[in-house]
Amino acid sequence: MAKKITIEPVTRVEGHGKVTIHMDDKHNVTQARLHIVEFRGFERFVQGRPYWEMPVLVQRLCGICPVSHHLAAAKAVDVIVGAGTGEGLTPTGEKMRRLMHYGQIFQSHALHFFHLVSPDLLLGADADPAIRNVIGVALNFKDLAVQGVMMRKFGQEVILATAGKKIHGTGAIPGGINKNLSAEERDSFLKGADPLNVDKMIAWAQGAVDLFKDYHSKNSEIIDNFSVFPSNHLSLVRKDGAMDLYHGVLRAVDADGKKILNDVDCQDYLKYIGEEVRSWSYMKFPYLKELGKEKGWYTVGPLARLNTADFIPTPLAQKEFEIYKAYTKGKPNNMSMHMHWARLIELLHAGEMIKELVNDPDIMGDNLVTKGTKGREGVGLIEAPRGTLFHHYKINDNDQVVMANLIVSTTNNNEPMNKAVNFVAGKLFTGQSKITEGMMNRVEMAIRAYDPCLSCATHAIGKMPLEVSLVDTNENIIDRMSR
Amino acid sequence: MSKPIVATASLAGCFGCHMSLLDIDDRILQLIDLVEFHKSPVDDIKKFTKMCDVGIIEGGCCNSENVENLRDFRKNCKILVALGECAIMGGLPAMRNDIPVKECLEEAYLGSPTIDPKDPKIIPNDDDIPMILDRVYPLHEIVKIDYFLPGCPPRADLIWEALLTLATGKELNIPYEVFKFD
Repeated sequence: MAKKITIEPVTRVEGHGKVTIHMDDKHNVTQARLHIVEFRGFERFVQGRPYWEMPVLVQRLCGICPVSHHLAAAKAVDVIVGAGTGEGLTPTGEKMRRLMHYGQIFQSHALHFFHLVSPDLLLGADADPAIRNVIGVALNFKDLAVQGVMMRKFGQEVILATAGKKIHGTGAIPGGINKNLSAEERDSFLKGADPLNVDKMIAWAQGAVDLFKDYHSKNSEIIDNFSVFPSNHLSLVRKDGAMDLYHGVLRAVDADGKKILNDVDCQDYLKYIGEEVRSWSYMKFPYLKELGKEKGWYTVGPLARLNTADFIPTPLAQKEFEIYKAYTKGKPNNMSMHMHWARLIELLHAGEMIKELVNDPDIMGDNLVTKGTKGREGVGLIEAPRGTLFHHYKINDNDQVVMANLIVSTTNNNEPMNKAVNFVAGKLFTGQSKITEGMMNRVEMAIRAYDPCLSCATHAIGKMPLEVSLVDTNENIIDRMSR
Repeated sequence: MSKPIVATASLAGCFGCHMSLLDIDDRILQLIDLVEFHKSPVDDIKKFTKMCDVGIIEGGCCNSENVENLRDFRKNCKILVALGECAIMGGLPAMRNDIPVKECLEEAYLGSPTIDPKDPKIIPNDDDIPMILDRVYPLHEIVKIDYFLPGCPPRADLIWEALLTLATGKELNIPYEVFKFD
């Protein structure tokens, strides 16, 4: 008898996502879907608003990484005011924005690893759900929990110093920034009381990378095989191929490492990227036009960035990058759980970047804004913690927005997340008529690897509550389990 | 003595208010000692199984499930707090209130420049996704709300003070000057 299994996180009740798994009469999984149940309508209701409001307005899409939206919108608006496409800002303007961004990457990656992922790694995927959360980590690994909290705090302090507020700041303005870094702020990051200084943060980030490597060496079976499928990978890279999370050209590679998008200009994204709508999710499905809808889907985020970049331009992260690349013999890494490893290498890179930027005298300069000749259209791309983020605006003669197009990071990962759910569900549920808590958590872990906003949000301190029902074709519930 | 019980939820918000709660930083470890979290993103409890002392809600109501969830919170919490701009006034998502829902959906799914105009015209509509309301509603238009904490998001210190005061059964009386509306 064919059946449908629904995995409903409380997130659905609170308006986020859910999973359905369809099975045929031989207990084979025929389809697994991650549905995104949110719709806001930003593309329409920002129309008519003045363009300079976009950086403060559109960031309200997401309070988890508002800086990414703040800066992507600001970069698009830079183009509109004729201040250049990512390279025309004053040194102070650009470096303050970069500092804000790396502060954001640092706090977001720290939050994700320590609060959301470490319970699975440290306490085990099959540990009692009552303790398998950050509270359990705090009780059993107090030092580590404190590190997580303090690293997030440090990143938030960097955001405060550059954006004016920790959440929904106002620092980036058309063509630049509204303040520089004061000597007092600089000193607090360089010489802050233990542990809140950048050297300690870099040391802790290195410690987190080592922790993961150690865990991996003991659990390579699960980490390597948990969810693996060939994927294309897309991100920005610097013109010379270095990792750059703030600005660059668009590059994509296929599962074997062949370049399928060769360092193209972001302003031309419409030539290369399309989106498909499917009736069962509010989230669209992006694809590379040249490869089409079937084959053109791609992964973004830490895993993709370490696959597209040729090197990382800071020494400690580069050293880890080389170890990471050697594991797959230089080929692209398609193992979903290695996303965590990649994310921690980026955490280390962000720490090093913060130190470099804070030490740069340009950041205390007083030439903050670039002016130019106004145009009517602008595109802004940035590597948000979760992957490439696209903002695109057109304005009219009255400076009002007439068109807004947004492709957010989690949307770019829509198809890969569905693929990962299919992979894990196919492995776990095939032939099963009974659901266990461990099975549910594993489906969740597949989604969690992508750090989608929906999981990040609900995982803030604990983990996603789930309800799974096994339903036959007549909608009779065969088995149900919740936690 | 048993600990005061706190439940939290994010409806049509951006989770920025919950993130601001996390900005209490290391006091979070203190909080875990002081209160017990019931239904909330902080733990695994999906359904209310007991009466809670304080319920904290971020975000307004933009779909049918937000409304059901809000009513459930009112029924199960002695004190209900609207946290942040969206919960109090609908916030930024309520900018769509002057525009028919149909236009918003058409702009996102038919009008976007990344959509191939030759594709079949699809607007998501499925039993597995909830119904969108005609407009975004602030919480107090649907249930009684006891306290309002403004800000986008409210500052971490304000949330901390409010939580401590309410959880210990005291009347919340925060001077107006402390409120920030951005």
